[in-house]
Amino acid sequence: MNLRGIWAVFRKEFRENLRDRRTLLSALVFGPVFGPVAVALMVQFMIRHNVVQSDQNIQIAVSHGDRSPNLLAYLTARGVDVTLVQLNEESARKAVASQAHKIVLEIPEDFGSRLEHGEPAPVILYSDSSRAFDQRGVGRVRALVAQYGLEIAQLRFLARGIEPISVLPISVQEIDVSTPTSRSVLVLNMMSYLVLLSMLFGGLYLAMDATAGERERGSLEMLLTTPVPRENLIYGKIAAAGAYMLISLVLTVTMFAVAISFVGLEQLGASANLGPRAAATMIACCAPLLVFGASYLTIISAFAKSYREAQTYVGLLITIPTMPLVFAGLLGLQSKPLLMFVPFLSQHLLLTTVVRAEPLDPSYVATSVVSTLVYGVLLMWVAGRLYRREALLG
Amino acid sequence: MLEARDLTKSFGSVAAVRGVSFNARDGQITGLLGANGAGKSTTLRMLYTVLKPDAGDALIDNVSVTADPLAARRAIGVLSHGAGVYGHLTARENITYFGELHGLGVDDREKRAVELIDLLEMKSFADRPAKGFSQGQKLKTALARALVHRPRNVLLDEPTNGLDVMAVRNLRALLTQLRDAGHCVLFSSHVMQEVEQLCDEVVVIAGGQVVAAGALADIRARAGNAQLEDAFVRLMDEGETP
Repeated sequence: MNLRGIWAVFRKEFRENLRDRRTLLSALVFGPVFGPVAVALMVQFMIRHNVVQSDQNIQIAVSHGDRSPNLLAYLTARGVDVTLVQLNEESARKAVASQAHKIVLEIPEDFGSRLEHGEPAPVILYSDSSRAFDQRGVGRVRALVAQYGLEIAQLRFLARGIEPISVLPISVQEIDVSTPTSRSVLVLNMMSYLVLLSMLFGGLYLAMDATAGERERGSLEMLLTTPVPRENLIYGKIAAAGAYMLISLVLTVTMFAVAISFVGLEQLGASANLGPRAAATMIACCAPLLVFGASYLTIISAFAKSYREAQTYVGLLITIPTMPLVFAGLLGLQSKPLLMFVPFLSQHLLLTTVVRAEPLDPSYVATSVVSTLVYGVLLMWVAGRLYRREALLG
Repeated sequence: MLEARDLTKSFGSVAAVRGVSFNARDGQITGLLGANGAGKSTTLRMLYTVLKPDAGDALIDNVSVTADPLAARRAIGVLSHGAGVYGHLTARENITYFGELHGLGVDDREKRAVELIDLLEMKSFADRPAKGFSQGQKLKTALARALVHRPRNVLLDEPTNGLDVMAVRNLRALLTQLRDAGHCVLFSSHVMQEVEQLCDEVVVIAGGQVVAAGALADIRARAGNAQLEDAFVRLMDEGETP
């Protein structure tokens, strides 16, 4: 082990890349700025829609409203703005598809007569379920119409001398147990994904430049004639990539904390737990990944013959370590001892716990830290072996 | 002092070097002459330890490159083929970086950089980033980098490729200077005039084997021809047809 050599390589790579615009942009700007800003904007958008939707009247078009003035009066009295239109089925579909009207309620011709004869009287509700933000309005209209029907039913029972309560055998009461903080996790879930990805991107250009780039420029061969063992050269490069990843990680988490404090999640009834303490814990949970990530990127790049080839490989392979996160999101995975052995996934689960303001299980943290470090050191060793191959020169 | 002893190297089924032996002495410039693909670069790469010979060995000041490559590397300065420099570092930083890799202390490598910048007349561009350098400036930087640890033996792989006349003249002057200071200089080339002007000893390689070695006059005599170029072509033909 030539520590002086490793230190020399580390300092040179660190300094050289400090003067490289691509490295700086990817490590210090793209990840740390774009990720948090994008999430903040999204949160803001969602907050505005939520607030607007619960407060505002629902706009609907009613076709042939003259066939049931009572229903119209009932809806109007309960926060529904009714526009009267005359549409048949085809034109109603078109109106919703083209968003001329977001919701259309059609009263069929026989509505009145069926109601009179005690037969089920249909109404037709047109909406577009692919437009998520209209769905609340649709739900409210549906509930109101059902409520109106129920009231008619109760009147009928009364007229026949039956206690209306007896025909309501079950009443459902909904209780939402999500706390404000746990609700905010839904919004902030993608944050941990962006933090981990941004961390990887921080070391990306340095890893490619220090291996594929160095070979392409023809300086690798002379570097290999210095009395520093080859694996030590690559350890220095991995350390430099790790240093940039650390900078990127710290900046990204900090920026997230700042960005979230600006958007004001309390309007959503949610407070994200992203104070200085939580941010520091998040950084500490991710730090063991630096060795793993830097070695991973370096190995990929070291296989490539040129910088361009490295870009292709890395572009394809950078998402692989973060794949388990996507599955975790889809499957709604919860922290389990076994999952703490999976790099990136364990960090994701720990970050989620921190953001939820739930207590971290020390044994989970220990498993995640130790196993990730072991994988990292193994990968680093593999990178060292790769650098000892003669094929390295190309 | 460099001694190649029966160096052999194959890449897959291609035998690039087949039992190359020669000596390059201190205080002399030795030329490794051969056509493209004759095995010059592979031979040099085994000498400067980036390739391991399949068989045979090489000694650098009596240190075996296979047994103790790290010690061998301390005794050599290398200018590899098409050597690149670090574009974001200045010429001076390029030099001190290699000084550090060779284990020189801060003061020592700074002092050495000043010496080399002076010796190679690099003052005008020493503190500029290397990415804007001309071929000649890049070569000087790479050469200074190779000499930073005061190596006794200097190996150069086709150093004049892509250089203009002035740069070649400067390089020639420098190599002569190194020889006169007692260094062992070994360089490869496929340009006969270059070898003729500069070398004390010549090793002619063809088809991965040494086909002639010795002083220029001896080689001319052996080929029965006064013109080195003709001698060279004849020797190469002999080497290619086993």
